[in-house]
Amino acid sequence: MSLPSAALPAAVQLDASRRFVETPAVRRKLRQEAVAKGIFFLMALAMIVPLLLIVGYLFVRARSVLSINFILDPPIHGMTDGGIWPAFIGTIYLVVISLALSAPLGVLAAIYLNEYATENWLNRLVNLAVINLAGVPSIVHALFGLGAFVYAAKFGYSILSASFTLAIMTMPVIIASTREALASVPQNFREACWNVGATRWQTIRAVVLPNAISGILTGVILQVSRTAGETAPIMFTGAVVFKAVERGQLLPYRLTEQCMALSMHLFTISTQVPGVKEGLPYATAVVLLGAVLLVNATAIGLRVYLRSRKKW
Amino acid sequence: MELQPLAYRLRSARPTRARWSIVTEKIIEAVIRVSGVSAVIFVVAIFFFIFREAAPVLRSEHFKLTQFLFSGEWYPTSMSNVRYGAFALIVGSFSVTVLAMAVAVPFGLGAAVFVSEFCGSKMKETLKIVIELLAAIPSVVWGFIGLTVMSKLIVRFTGAPVGVNVLNGGIILALMAVPIIVSISEDALKAVPDSFREAALALGATKWQMVFRVLLPAAKNGLLAAVLLGVARAVGETMAVLMATGHAVHIPHSILDSVRTLTANIAAELGEAPDGSDHYRVLFLTGVLLFVITFAFNLAADLIVKGIRRK
Repeated sequence: MSLPSAALPAAVQLDASRRFVETPAVRRKLRQEAVAKGIFFLMALAMIVPLLLIVGYLFVRARSVLSINFILDPPIHGMTDGGIWPAFIGTIYLVVISLALSAPLGVLAAIYLNEYATENWLNRLVNLAVINLAGVPSIVHALFGLGAFVYAAKFGYSILSASFTLAIMTMPVIIASTREALASVPQNFREACWNVGATRWQTIRAVVLPNAISGILTGVILQVSRTAGETAPIMFTGAVVFKAVERGQLLPYRLTEQCMALSMHLFTISTQVPGVKEGLPYATAVVLLGAVLLVNATAIGLRVYLRSRKKW
Repeated sequence: MELQPLAYRLRSARPTRARWSIVTEKIIEAVIRVSGVSAVIFVVAIFFFIFREAAPVLRSEHFKLTQFLFSGEWYPTSMSNVRYGAFALIVGSFSVTVLAMAVAVPFGLGAAVFVSEFCGSKMKETLKIVIELLAAIPSVVWGFIGLTVMSKLIVRFTGAPVGVNVLNGGIILALMAVPIIVSISEDALKAVPDSFREAALALGATKWQMVFRVLLPAAKNGLLAAVLLGVARAVGETMAVLMATGHAVHIPHSILDSVRTLTANIAAELGEAPDGSDHYRVLFLTGVLLFVITFAFNLAADLIVKGIRRK
């Protein structure tokens, strides 16, 4: 372009004016690329769009029932009408207690695996166990909870049994996310700390944990929604179909009794109870789904924000 | 000043810590070590407690292991002739899983290829977040979607008498398994060195050729691991299939037949089976079977991924 055109022979000028000659082969190649991109894009879209439509449909069907009273009211008329308060508060019970059990244990286990463990047979076994524990089907966790906590530990059908079962289910995932957070703290941070004479634990407490805490928290928050959504593990350990609770009552359950749960409630009113008011199951599904997505979106937002602030 | 021996100076210069702080540190480290191995204890405990509940039935006169594995006759509450044949349940689990994988694997791999090779970084971040949110949808909500939305669609478009069947369960499970398949396949594709891509493109390959001739073969182990984990998730899924596949314990002849899976069967019958009865113990035995199946799939996936890392 910057060359004076007069200085060039005519044949080159002609070529320079059409520098990107499209031969049929090139055109075919470009077309193929566009088609490939289109196909893969459609495949990505095919799993997202139907889902958005379905969620939208659930919202539309639920709209007539959804209100703040729907959340605060207890179910009435044999669960065919009313709200979801006992289930809502029961789910909060289960989430809080199970995470209070699994988060410290999971974080400590991750500290062991990332900061203390050396490559030997025991730690290979631990890694294997963590991976397989994460893959155990939820109904198998339910059987375990029934055999171990309800019967063997004699907790009976109770919030305690259900929470322990849920805790064992979420622990491996917390281990995995915490490990990732710990591993992302650069090794020279630790070395600097050791070099000024700190012991292993002092280094972990003063340097590693403060730098990894955001990642650890995100991992734990993501498990809040998983715990809230699980049904099978609590069905036979501590969740009950109906329990009378007053409107908006904050601490209705004792730890040794059974409670209602949102996920179980959705299952019950959509499959077991005849004559449920139109829209009620949809509204329950929307509340559960909304809570789960809200919690996860918060965790993801937190992660994106903290990552953008990271200085290394 | 007289020079003190070196060793004496070093000793006196060494900082000292209070005894309690040394003791606390020892205690904390012990707690950390115990927590570290707790996962092993839990896995062993899960197997032990489930097997303990299941074991007595192996010696029961009404129970034969060959019948359990190969007979389709599931009559756990029959008065005259109790039969515990789980074959129909195994076939049920198998058929729903195969259908789910037939849908989820191509779409999951396609989506993973798109996310890792074809889109810009903004879009990539967005899609990955959407996929992560998809993975968070509770299985009972999936089941509810199958029961209400999907079953109506199936009845309308296929003319099937009931909408809760293999097709319904397969689609729901596929949607549930896709996020796992996408995220693990994407990791596998990311692990392929860029020099592979550059070499293919420099030779004049189109992106399409690069994906099929270079990327997929190079990442095949990771993709296999993704599929195995998807299968493990589909086999172990309970609530969604309980609500979406109907309740018929029989061997399906078409994808519009209702079936019951191993997982759904436990969820459906455990509440009714009296504690300590043969029926109750057979359900625990089904749990052992499920535990073993998913253990095998997860172990295989893990070995494959480890093999890649070593390379």
